[in-house]
Amino acid sequence: MKIIVCVKQVPDTSGKVAVNEDGTLNRASMATITNPDDLNAVEAALQLKDETGAEVIVVSMGPAPAEGMLRELLARGADRAVLVSAREFGGSDTYATSQILAAAIKKIGLEKDDVVFCGRQAIDGDTAQVGPQIAEKLGLPQVSYVADIHKDGDQITCKRMLEDGYMTIKVQTPCLLTCIKELNTPRYMSVSGIFECYDKPYEVYGYETLKDDPLIDPSTIGLKGSPTNIFKSFTPPQKGVGMMLEGADKATCEKLAGMLAAKHII
Amino acid sequence: MDFHLSKQHEMIRKMYREFAENEVKPLAEEVDETEEFPVETVKKLGKLGMMGIYFPKKYGGAGGDVLSYAMAVEEMSKVCGTTGVIISAHTSLCCAPIFEHGTEEQKMKYLPKLCSGEWIGAFGLTEPGAGTDAQGQQTTAVLDEKGENYILNGSKIFITNAGYANVFVIIAVTGFTTNKRGKRVKEISAFIVERTFPGFSVGKHEKKMGIKGSSTCELIMEDCIVPKENLLGKIGQGFKIAMQTLDGGRIGIAAQALGLGEGALEEAIKYSKERVQFGKRISQFQNTQFQLADMHTRMQAAQYLVYAAAMKKENHEPYSMDAAMAKLFAAEAARDVTCKAVQIFGGYGYTREYPVERMMRDAKITEIYEGTSEVQRMVIASNLGIN
Amino acid sequence: MSTFNSADIGAFKDVWVFCEQRDGKMMSTSFELISEGRKLADERGSQLVGILLGDDVDGIAKELGGYGADKVLVCNHPLLKVYTTDAYAKVICDVAMEYKPEVMLLGATNIGRDLGPRCAARLHTGLTADCTHLDIDMEKYIEYLDTSSTLDLSNMKFDMEDRNLKMTRPAFGGHLMATIICPRFRPCMATVRPGVMKKAEFDQAKADACVIEHPSFTLTEADIHTDVTEVVKAAKKLVDLIGADVVVSVGRGISKDVEGGIKLAEELAEVLGGVVGGSRAVIDNGWLSADHQVGQTGKTVHPKIYVALGISGAIQHKAGMQDSECIIAVNKNETAPIFEVADYGICGDLFKVTPLLIETIKAAKAAK
Repeated sequence: MKIIVCVKQVPDTSGKVAVNEDGTLNRASMATITNPDDLNAVEAALQLKDETGAEVIVVSMGPAPAEGMLRELLARGADRAVLVSAREFGGSDTYATSQILAAAIKKIGLEKDDVVFCGRQAIDGDTAQVGPQIAEKLGLPQVSYVADIHKDGDQITCKRMLEDGYMTIKVQTPCLLTCIKELNTPRYMSVSGIFECYDKPYEVYGYETLKDDPLIDPSTIGLKGSPTNIFKSFTPPQKGVGMMLEGADKATCEKLAGMLAAKHII
Repeated sequence: MDFHLSKQHEMIRKMYREFAENEVKPLAEEVDETEEFPVETVKKLGKLGMMGIYFPKKYGGAGGDVLSYAMAVEEMSKVCGTTGVIISAHTSLCCAPIFEHGTEEQKMKYLPKLCSGEWIGAFGLTEPGAGTDAQGQQTTAVLDEKGENYILNGSKIFITNAGYANVFVIIAVTGFTTNKRGKRVKEISAFIVERTFPGFSVGKHEKKMGIKGSSTCELIMEDCIVPKENLLGKIGQGFKIAMQTLDGGRIGIAAQALGLGEGALEEAIKYSKERVQFGKRISQFQNTQFQLADMHTRMQAAQYLVYAAAMKKENHEPYSMDAAMAKLFAAEAARDVTCKAVQIFGGYGYTREYPVERMMRDAKITEIYEGTSEVQRMVIASNLGIN
Repeated sequence: MSTFNSADIGAFKDVWVFCEQRDGKMMSTSFELISEGRKLADERGSQLVGILLGDDVDGIAKELGGYGADKVLVCNHPLLKVYTTDAYAKVICDVAMEYKPEVMLLGATNIGRDLGPRCAARLHTGLTADCTHLDIDMEKYIEYLDTSSTLDLSNMKFDMEDRNLKMTRPAFGGHLMATIICPRFRPCMATVRPGVMKKAEFDQAKADACVIEHPSFTLTEADIHTDVTEVVKAAKKLVDLIGADVVVSVGRGISKDVEGGIKLAEELAEVLGGVVGGSRAVIDNGWLSADHQVGQTGKTVHPKIYVALGISGAIQHKAGMQDSECIIAVNKNETAPIFEVADYGICGDLFKVTPLLIETIKAAKAAK
C-alpha cells in the first residue's frame, strides 16, 4: 500500500508580508513554510503508515529550493520524496497544476489499495481546488474536508465536515482525501529522522520525465495552459486612522457611549 | 574554516525551536513556580530522540552528533533552563560514561531505555565534603565475601535528576593505592546503580534559587548491594571516568548557559521594541542599542566556543580545555546578559510577569555546577602548563 | 455532448447560480448569489438561471425568483437528496454541457468548494475561489478599483469593451487582492464567499413569474463512488456571525481568565444585541468552537458594530472584519495593529474596560 501526499511550499503569510510596487508579492523577502493543511495530510499518512506499514511518498510541485521542505517531511517519517519541477510548469493555475500533479502521481504509480492525501487548501491562494481537480484528472473518488479517517482493507470511512455538522462517508481505495487541521496534530521531525533524511530516495520529475503523459500538453500546463489569468493585483487601501480615546476609565467609556449614541450607532 | 551549520544542523535547530516554542515554553513559568519536574516533557523529548542524541542507533540513540546535542540543550534552555539541564545531566553525566566506559552488556542493558527516555539518568559524585575537591570522596564500595556484589555506603548531595532518575553512575572509594609520586591516595571506582537496588534511597529534595523544576536531591546508600558486573570501567578508573564525564558535561552546561543568555537577549530585544518611554521606543535610545549589541556579541562568542568544543569531542580530539573555556565564558556571559536583560525591562523585569528574572536566577547555577568557574580556570591554566 | 467545447466561447450565454440546499432547505448564500448574479446578468444583458439539485425540491425553487432569477433548472432525483461529489458533478456538468452557461457562480461553502473544482476540471475551464467582488462592465470595475485599491488609475489603460467576468478575491491571507479572468474558456466559474454579497429585497411578483424547468439527465448508483452513511447536524446551535448586526470578538487577551473574558463579551454582546466571535488564537486554543472564528480562515463579517476585545489584529483577522461599519477595539498594547482599523480605540485592560463599557452603553441606551 502506498500513500501519496501532495504538499506545497508557501510563503509564511502569518508574519510580515512584503508587497512590490506593482502589487505583486515579494516572495524573495518572505520565509517559506510547508503549507499547514498539508502537514495534517502528511501526519494522516504517517499514522496510517504506523498502523499498516504503508509507504509514504511526498510529492510537491515547485522550484528547486522546495527540496528543503521535502527533506523535512522525510525527517518526519515519509519514505520517499518527488519534486515536480520544470520551467514549463511555472505559472500554472489550479487547473494546470492538477494536470501536472496527476501526471506525476500516475508516474509514481497508483494501485488498487493506494490513497492520495492533500491538504484542504494552501495559505497563499486559499483555493482548495487542486485536490478535487487532481481527483477528477485521475478519475478517483474524492472526499474533502476530512476530519477523521478509518481504514479497513480497501474501504476508508471518513468524517467529512460541513459548516453545520458532518457527514460520514465510505469510499473505496484508490481515492483522494483532502485534510483539515482538526484531523490530527502533526508530529515533529525526529533527531534520527533528520540525520537520515538526506539518505532517503529523492527524485526530481522534470518536463522530460512527464512529457509523454497525455495530461502534459503545452496547451494545458504552465502559464500559457492555465484557463485563469491574473488581470490585476493590488493592495486594499488602509482604512483612515480612527480615534484613540484618552484613558481607559469610566469617563472614557462614557465618552465613547455618548459618541455612539450621538451617531445613532447604538 | 567554516562557520556555517550543515543543512541537517539547520533543520535540527528548526525542529528544536518548534518543540521548545510549543511544548516547553508554555510550561516554563509553571515548572518554576511549582518546582515540579516536567515528566511529560521528558517523555516527549524521548520520543523525538532528544534523550540520546549522539549515541548510535544500535543502543537506541538517535545517531546524531555532539553538536546537535549541544544545540538541543541550547534551544530548550532559551525558553526553560530546567529542561536544558535535565537533558544535559541525563546525557552527559549518565548515558555518556556508560557509552564510553561500559561493557557491551552494560550498554545493551542500559542505553536503549535511557535513550528512549523511558529511564532517566543521573550522576553521583559530589558529597558534603567533596565538591570542587573530588578526591575528598567518603562513599565506599567493598566487595562482599562471595565476591558477587559491591556493598556501597555513603551519601551524595546536589544530584541533578535524582528524584526521577532510574539509573545512577556513582563514584565511590574502593581502597587505597599509591600514585606516580609515591603518595598514598584513594582508589576510586565507578558503578552503575539502579534506583531499585536494595539499600539505595533518595533523600532530601533541595530548594533552589533557579532551575527549580530539575530534581536536585541527596542520595543515600546504606549497605547498598550492587552486582559486581555493574562496575563501570576497571577498578581504580573512577577518578578518570569522573573527570572525563565532567569534561563532556561542561559542554552541556555551557550550552545551557548559552541558551539562557540568548533567551534573555531575545526577550530584551522584543521588549525594547515595544516599550515606550519619553515618547520613544526604548530601542531608539543609544544606551539600549549599545547594551543589546554588547549582549549579542558576548552570546555569539559563547556560541562559537561551545560549538567548537562540541565539534572537538565529536571528532575525538582532546577537548578538555575547550569545554572548560566554553563553560567558563558562556556561564559568565549568561550571568551578565540575563542581569542586563532584567535591567532593560526595568521594574517589569523584576516581576514574574516576564521570564527574564527566572532566566537570571537560572543562569547563576551555570557558574557553579559541574565545576565552578574557578575550577574551569584551574583546568585551563593547567592545560597551558601553568602550575 | 460531443458538441461541447469550452473554448468555443461564442456558444455560451446566461449567468448560472448553483443554488445549494441542505435537507430541502435553501442555503441563504443562494439568495446572496442570485442577487449578485442578477446584476451580472443585467450587465451582460442575459438571463439569470438558478440550478437546483435535490429530491423533490420544486417547492423551494420559486423563491429564488424573488431575488432575481428568471428561471430555475430543477434536477430532482432520489440520489440527489444528499450531496455527493460524484452525483452533483455529473448532473451539473451534463446539464451545463447541454445549456452552455457563460458564467457559473457557486457559494464558497464546504460543498461549493468541493463541487466547483471538480466541475471546472471536467468542463476544462477556469475557476476562481472565494471571490468577494464580481464585475463585467469595465466602467464598474474601474469604479471599484478607484474606491478599493491603492492603484494609481490615471495612467492605466483599460479595454472598455472587455466583457470578461472580473473576479476579485483576497490572496496571501488578505495582504493582496487579485482580479482573475478566464478569457479563453467558458463557463467562467467562481465560488463566492458567503456573507459577502448583499441579498436583494424579496419581490413576490418576480417569484411568481419565475420559470421552473426540468432538464433531462441520467443518474444511476453506478455513477456514485462514495457512500454517505450519515449526515449529522451539530448538536449545539451554531452562532450566526454572518447575519449578526453586532459582533463582539475576543482574542488572546482573555488568556488570563478565559471564562471571565468570554462572559464579559457575552454580556456586552447582549447589551448591544449581537453575538460573540473570536480570533484564530481563541479557536485554536479551544476556548470557543470553530463556528465563532472571524478572519481569513474563519468567517468574513461586516456588522454595524464590531468590538474587538484583546485582539491584536493580525492581518488574517483584519481580513475578516475590517469592512465592519464601526469598529471598537480594546487592547492593552497601544501599538496593536487592530487600532489601525478601529474607529474607536481604548488602550487598556479588557477585564477593566469591558464592564465599564457595558455599564455606560446601557446608560446611554436608556437615556435615548
